[in-house]
Amino acid sequence: MNGADGMEFFIDHSRCIGCRACMQACEECDTHRGVSMIHLETIMHADSVQTAPQICMHCEDPICAQVCPADAIKKTPDGVVQSSLKPRCIGCSNCVLACPFGVPKYKAEINQMMKCDMCYDRTSIGKRPMCATVCPSGALTFATRENIERTRQGVAIREWQFGGETVRTKVNVLVPRGVENIHVTIEQIGLTSTDEYDVAALLQGD
Amino acid sequence: MAKLPIAIPELVTQFGPTLNRIPATGWNADVEPDKLVKTHCCFCGQQCGIQLKVRDNRVIGFEPWEDFPFNQGRLCPKGVKRYMQDEHPDRLKAPMIRKTGAGFVPVSWEEALDKVAGEIKRIQQTYGNDAFALLGGASLTNEKAYLMGKFARVAVRTANIDYNGRLCMVSAAAASKKIFGIDRSANPWSDIPLADAILVAGANVAECAPITTNYLWQARENGAKLIVMDPRMTPIARNADLYIPVRSGGDIGVFNGMLHVMIERGWINREFIAQHTTGWEQVEEVVRKYTPEYASKIAGVPASMIVKAAEIWGPARSSFLLHARGIEHHSKGVQNCMAAINLVVATGRIGREGCGYAMITGQGNGQGGREQGQKCDQLPGGRDVENPEHRKYIAGVWGVPEESIPHKGLSMVPILEAIHEGKIKGLMAISCNPMVSLPNNAYVREAYEKLEFFCQVDFFLSETARYADVVLAGSLMEEDEGTTTNVEGRVIHHQKAIDPPGDARADWRIICDLAARLGVEDKFKYSSPEEIFDELRVASKGGVSDYYGITWDRIDREKGVFWPCPSTDHPGTPRLYEGNRFNHPDGKAHFQAVEWKPAAEETDSDYPIILTTGRVVSHYLSGTQTRRIGALVDQYPQPLCEMHPLLARKLGIAEGDFVNVESRRGSVTVRASVVKTIRPDTVFVPYHWPLDRAANNMTVRAIDPISNIPEYKICAVRVSKVNAPHDAIAELAMEAGGVR
Repeated sequence: MNGADGMEFFIDHSRCIGCRACMQACEECDTHRGVSMIHLETIMHADSVQTAPQICMHCEDPICAQVCPADAIKKTPDGVVQSSLKPRCIGCSNCVLACPFGVPKYKAEINQMMKCDMCYDRTSIGKRPMCATVCPSGALTFATRENIERTRQGVAIREWQFGGETVRTKVNVLVPRGVENIHVTIEQIGLTSTDEYDVAALLQGD
Repeated sequence: MAKLPIAIPELVTQFGPTLNRIPATGWNADVEPDKLVKTHCCFCGQQCGIQLKVRDNRVIGFEPWEDFPFNQGRLCPKGVKRYMQDEHPDRLKAPMIRKTGAGFVPVSWEEALDKVAGEIKRIQQTYGNDAFALLGGASLTNEKAYLMGKFARVAVRTANIDYNGRLCMVSAAAASKKIFGIDRSANPWSDIPLADAILVAGANVAECAPITTNYLWQARENGAKLIVMDPRMTPIARNADLYIPVRSGGDIGVFNGMLHVMIERGWINREFIAQHTTGWEQVEEVVRKYTPEYASKIAGVPASMIVKAAEIWGPARSSFLLHARGIEHHSKGVQNCMAAINLVVATGRIGREGCGYAMITGQGNGQGGREQGQKCDQLPGGRDVENPEHRKYIAGVWGVPEESIPHKGLSMVPILEAIHEGKIKGLMAISCNPMVSLPNNAYVREAYEKLEFFCQVDFFLSETARYADVVLAGSLMEEDEGTTTNVEGRVIHHQKAIDPPGDARADWRIICDLAARLGVEDKFKYSSPEEIFDELRVASKGGVSDYYGITWDRIDREKGVFWPCPSTDHPGTPRLYEGNRFNHPDGKAHFQAVEWKPAAEETDSDYPIILTTGRVVSHYLSGTQTRRIGALVDQYPQPLCEMHPLLARKLGIAEGDFVNVESRRGSVTVRASVVKTIRPDTVFVPYHWPLDRAANNMTVRAIDPISNIPEYKICAVRVSKVNAPHDAIAELAMEAGGVR
C-alpha cells in the first residue's frame, strides 16, 4: 500500500509547536489557490499550547467515499484518497459530516469539497508532501518506516477505534511505546479543560 | 526637521502597510518559473536555505531547498510567505523628499543624494563631525555591514555609528568574549542532538527560532533531558523534562542555585577547572549563599525545581546550553549570560562533540552584522576601535591615516539620547525601525522630531522612515547579492534573484554614491558586492572573526564555511575550543562571578504587574516586512495582552476584553488573551506593532552598562479593562497599528 520508494507519512503530535508553517505551505500549492488543506487544531487554547496538525489520514476503507452519493471521492492504487472530482461533486457535505477526523471541508465559493491528497502532484514524482517538507519540528514527517524506527522513540500506529468502529489508515501516528491503537471515546471528546499546564499550579511546587 | 509631513492615516493610505495576498502570477498552476534560485531566508538568524521561483524578473513563489544542511527544506511560516514581500504595492521605487502638507515626492537620485551629502556637510561644518550619526542593522549582509562601518569612519568621519544588533545580540556577545575571548556560538547545531542534557534559557525556540525545534526533539529521541526556563510555557516548554517558570529577571537565581547544588554534590570538573580556567574561587565564593531556598526567592520558583535542574545538568556526560533574548534583554543581560555559561565551564563540557553552548541569534545577520565594524566600538574582524595595532591595520587596508579613524562613539540608545539632548543633529539610518523597536517609544519620537536632518534608506516606508527628510529606495535581500553569517557562525551566500524594482537601487551602491559626494570616491570603488567581500576578507585577516580563507566560490561549493577560517586551504571551524584552547592570551576560560541585582524598574503598589515583551512566530522584528504579508498578518493580526486567569479574575477581565496596559512611560490598548500558561504576576505583549499598539510604549529606557542592550524583558505596569477605542489610530487597519 505504500509507494515504491517505501515513503510513508508520520504524525507526532507531541512535537507540534503550532507554528502553522504546514498550513502556510499547503496554501501555496497552485491547485489550492491560497486555501490550506491541512488543519491545525488548537485543542484547549486557554489551558495549553498543545496544537495538533490534521492531514487526511487516507483510510483503507474511506468513509468519505462510502457516503458520497456522487462517487466523487476516489482512492488511487497506492492508497491515497483523492480530493473530490470537480465534475462529480455535488457539494452535499455528506463526507464533511462522516469523516471521523474532520478532514473534508465544503468550499461554498466553488460548491465543492476539498481535502488533502497528500500532495499527490509531488509524491507521485518522488517529492515529499509540502507540509512534511517544511515542518520545522518534525511533527509531520514523510520518511521510510525503517528511518522512523531508527530515529524515534515512539511507535507508529495506524489503527483507530471510534466507539465500536475500527478505522485503519495509511497515515501513521507516533504514540508512546505500549499503545497499540487509539480509542476515542465520547468522554474524551467532552473534555474541555485541564489544569495540567497551569503555571500557577507549578509555582505552588514545594 | 524630522517631522511627519502629513497625518498618519494619510501616510498609511499612500505607503501602507497594505497586505499582499496573491502571488505575482496569481494562483496559477500553469506558470512555470524561469529559474529556481538557491538562496536563504531574509528573516531570522537561522538563515534557512530556500529556493525562490523567479519568472520575468519577478519572485513568484518558493520551493524548499532540501539539500541545505542546516534546515534540510524546513521552514517556518515567515520563510514560506517571505516571497510575498516582492511585487508589493507598498514597495518604494524611487528616492523621495519630504514636502510638508503633501507627503513625500519622488525625486531624481542626483537631487536626493546631493541633498543628503549637502546636509551631512552642513551639519558637520556647523556642529562638528560627531553631530551626524549613522544607524545600521543586523539584517544587512556582511558586505553592507562592512561598508557602513567604513562609510562612517572614512566618508562621514563620525564616531557615532551603531546598529540595531545593539537591541539583540550584544549581551550574549559580551559574555562570550569575557569568558572565552570569542563572540560566537561555540558549536554547530549538529552537536545539539548529541547532548545528554540541554538547558534552554530565555528562548522561545518554537516561535523565534522554529527550525531549532527539530534539533531539540531529535536530542530527546536520543535520550536527552530538556530543561526550559521561561516565564511563559512556550511550545517547547510544554514537553520539556523540566519546565522552570522563572520570574523575568530571576534567571541568576536558577543558574547560581544550580551551581551551588552541583558543587555540593560533586558535579564539578575540578581537573578541567584547574588546568583550563581562571576565576573559579570567586565564583565558588559568590554561589555559596545561593542555596536552593535563597535562589528560589530570586528566581520566583520552587526550590525543588532548581535542585532538579542541577540533578539533570550536573551529572550529564554531555550537555548543551542555548540562550537568547529572554535572559539577554536586561540591564544585567551580560551578567545573566555569564552566570549561564559558568554552568558550562564548571563541568568542562565544551569543545567536544555534543558539548558546548550557543546563543540563538535573532536577526538575519545578527552574527556577521556584529563583526564587520558597524558597532560604535569596533573595526572589521571584530577588532577594537581603541586598540592602536587594530587601528593601524585597518587604516592600512583602507588607505587612510590611522589618526583619521574616529575613536569609540555612542551606542544606539545613547545616540538617541544625544539626539534628544540636541548634541547630535543629523542621522542617516538603514535597516532599522526604532519607532517600533526601541524602548520608551514616546522618547524616541521626541528625539527624531528634534533632528535637523534625517535620511532613511528603506524598501518600505517604515514607521520611522515617515519622519525622514529624504527616503532613499534601497534593496530587499533578494534584489542584491552578498553573504550573511548564520546562528552557528556559518558564512552563507544570498544569491540575487531579481533586480530592484523601478528606480530603487542596491544599498551598497547608495552608500558608495554618497561616499563619492563626500569626496572619497577612490575609497569606495567597487563593481560588485564580491569585491567588497574580498576587501572584508583582508580587513578581517588576523582578527578574531577571520574570514580571510572564505570565498564566495567556497561557500557555494561547501554549503557555507564557518569562521575563523584564516586561509583558503583551512577547512573552517564549525566547533570552537577543541582541545580546551580558549581565546584569551593565557589560553584559558575566564569564569565570571555573578551576583544577582534587581531590574531597573521592579513592580510596586502603583504598577504591580511585570510586563515582558517578545515575538510571535508569524512576525519578524518591527514588522516592516511581515505586517505587509496577508497570510502572516491573518495568523496573528494584532498584539494581545497575555495574562493568567488568576490575574484576569482579580482585575475583572475576561478573554477578548479590551485592556489598557500602562507603565510610567506609556500604554497600549489591546485585547486580553487569558491563558494558564503564563505566570500570574506577569503579562506578555508582543512588540511587532507601532503607535498605540507598540509594546515599547511601556518598556523602560534602561541599558546594560557593559553591552548597552535595553531592558525589554521587564518593567512595571498596571492593567485595566477599558472600552473599545475609536480614535483615528485605532480605526487604522490592524497591520498599521489599529485594533479590532
